[in-house]
Amino acid sequence: MAALSPAPAPAPVPVAVVAFAQSDHRRATPGTSEAELLLPVLRDVLDQAGLAPGEADFTCSGSSDYLAGRPFSFTLTLDAVGAWPPVAESHVEMDGAWALYEAWVKLLTGEADTALVYAHGTSSAGSLRDVLSRQLDPYYAAPLWPDSVALAALQAQALIDAGDTDEDDLARIAARNRTVARANPHAQLRAAGPHGDYVVRPLRTADCPPVSDGAAAVVLAAGDTARRMHERPAWIRGIDHRVEPHALGVRDLTDSPSTRRAAERAGAYDAPLDLAELHAPFTSQEVVLRKALRLADDVRVNPSGGALAANPVMATGLIRLGEAAARIHRGEARRALAHATSGPCLQHNLVAVLEGDSA
Amino acid sequence: MPDHLTAPLVVEFPFTRSLGPVQSAFLTGLRERTVLGVRTHDGRVLVPPVEYDPDTADELRGLVEVGTTGTVTTWAWNPAPRRGQPLGTPFAWVLVRLDGADTALLHALDAPGPEAVHTGLRVRVRWAERRTGAITDIACFEPHDSTTRTQTRPHDGAFVDPVTGITTPARLDYTYTPGRAQTRHLHALARRRTVGERCPACHKVCVPPRGACPTCGVATTDRVEVGPRGTVTTFCVVNIKARGLPIDVPYVYAHIALDGADLALHGRIAGIPCNEVRMGLRVEPVWTDDGPYPDHYRPTGEPDAPYDTYKGML
Ligand SMILES: [Zn+2]
Repeated sequence: MAALSPAPAPAPVPVAVVAFAQSDHRRATPGTSEAELLLPVLRDVLDQAGLAPGEADFTCSGSSDYLAGRPFSFTLTLDAVGAWPPVAESHVEMDGAWALYEAWVKLLTGEADTALVYAHGTSSAGSLRDVLSRQLDPYYAAPLWPDSVALAALQAQALIDAGDTDEDDLARIAARNRTVARANPHAQLRAAGPHGDYVVRPLRTADCPPVSDGAAAVVLAAGDTARRMHERPAWIRGIDHRVEPHALGVRDLTDSPSTRRAAERAGAYDAPLDLAELHAPFTSQEVVLRKALRLADDVRVNPSGGALAANPVMATGLIRLGEAAARIHRGEARRALAHATSGPCLQHNLVAVLEGDSA
Repeated sequence: MPDHLTAPLVVEFPFTRSLGPVQSAFLTGLRERTVLGVRTHDGRVLVPPVEYDPDTADELRGLVEVGTTGTVTTWAWNPAPRRGQPLGTPFAWVLVRLDGADTALLHALDAPGPEAVHTGLRVRVRWAERRTGAITDIACFEPHDSTTRTQTRPHDGAFVDPVTGITTPARLDYTYTPGRAQTRHLHALARRRTVGERCPACHKVCVPPRGACPTCGVATTDRVEVGPRGTVTTFCVVNIKARGLPIDVPYVYAHIALDGADLALHGRIAGIPCNEVRMGLRVEPVWTDDGPYPDHYRPTGEPDAPYDTYKGML
């Protein structure tokens, strides 16, 4: 008996990043509430897209209550959105890159034509190294309070043992990111400093990201709406995210199979790239990502300075997507990769491929 | 006074988890100085053990006993131990592959200095004197010359008085900052004045102000003193006493629209029997000597406010 074949699915409408804005990222913003931090960023991004507050069909945000120790802090950010009468809204307790992923899915369903995506992090309110230890497995890891630098240092030593890097190489990565950040007025660290003392050996001060407060936002739009909102939309040609086991001891810390898998599914290896914005909070993690992504020597990596120049946790990944899109908006790149990470030692990775229209 | 307020904020919680069969056996085993792993269907031994294969998602139940000696697979020297970490003196974080295991366990290594540590170092478990069935029953690892033994022994995971749950106390210290608008509001409140902020778009006055009009999504601008009198817009009668709250039940908790405000705030109503509180009741704040905000609101004796004057704030 012949099986009935389903009707072919219609080709999904293409979705693009049409606007990106971010705050200046600073060591601390003690005078501002969540809404006060976000308001100018949201106003900027909505103005770029020509949208009024509350006008986007869908709103999605990323943040973590643990950073500032405020339960349901994401609801306070809605004050800055114009959420009455009620808007279609969602939140992920993750980096805003994953909020963008959710918004992308929403636009693919056809239920929304435009989406506002935003993220904020005020890490200065707490002790970030310790706060991040609370995301670990509560049975075997969290009771030991291994802080975020300690776990990254275990990964860095594994890379050194494997011959993938050494301390001089890490120092060069730190210096390069912060030197190029001179051209990024939003960055917090905009000059190469000394490599510094060991924080947790083999990682030194300069190998670690700054603690930053900051916020970022993008507007996504579908098809012709995107073309109306920007003359050079940054089309999302592919986006995917993959996660590895939570137990550090079962992973090969010198590799990132989840990044590679996400990059394959996002189409990153299908054609040459001009540019890559990598979410590598620690210098050693840039080594892992370059290897997993097989980046060619002529690919510009982190012209923004990356997470080593500004690290507003929960917004850092979204900023990678926004920075890559902004280069396409300005005609400085044609095909760019953006990467975001979450969890210890690059546990969970998202890869997007953004493209401008062909000339 | 500073131009922005801050206050210490401590978040403390006992994180309580039940264990399930595999983790219960592993942690109870530690209490009994026995280290258990779990064997995957392709023969690998995972230590610490998990209930599901990280590669295949197969349910795993086959426990084996592994050695208490092992090999460092990577390490990181921690010159400045932090609160809650296994050792109070400088130590190495290590991943240790115990003899018989195919994966590594995260813990601390007690060593005199970084020059004494390297990948491949042989180590053994140092047991905690007091063991309760937790990962901290391993006090740490210590360097130990021994040869690798890879034999494992099947283990039924059965122990007398198994541990079925753990409580991990967590404490995080923060500095709370209310922001510009709430700082202005709190400074005014210290002078027993209630100051809201007006939205430049819809002209409503938000009290307490949080810096943005939640309707319009724009920054609030002009400061406007409101009250002190107001109108009960809605209320409830609280009949269950909250722990630590020195207020007798029943009492009335109300939304109160202060005169000139376009958002209602919360407050307790007293000085009137519960069953006489009503929507539209006119009230005024009652301050205690050192209270940072009104202790409660009491009737003013004015005629009730007409419904139309507050229906937009329900
Ligand atoms: Zn308004």
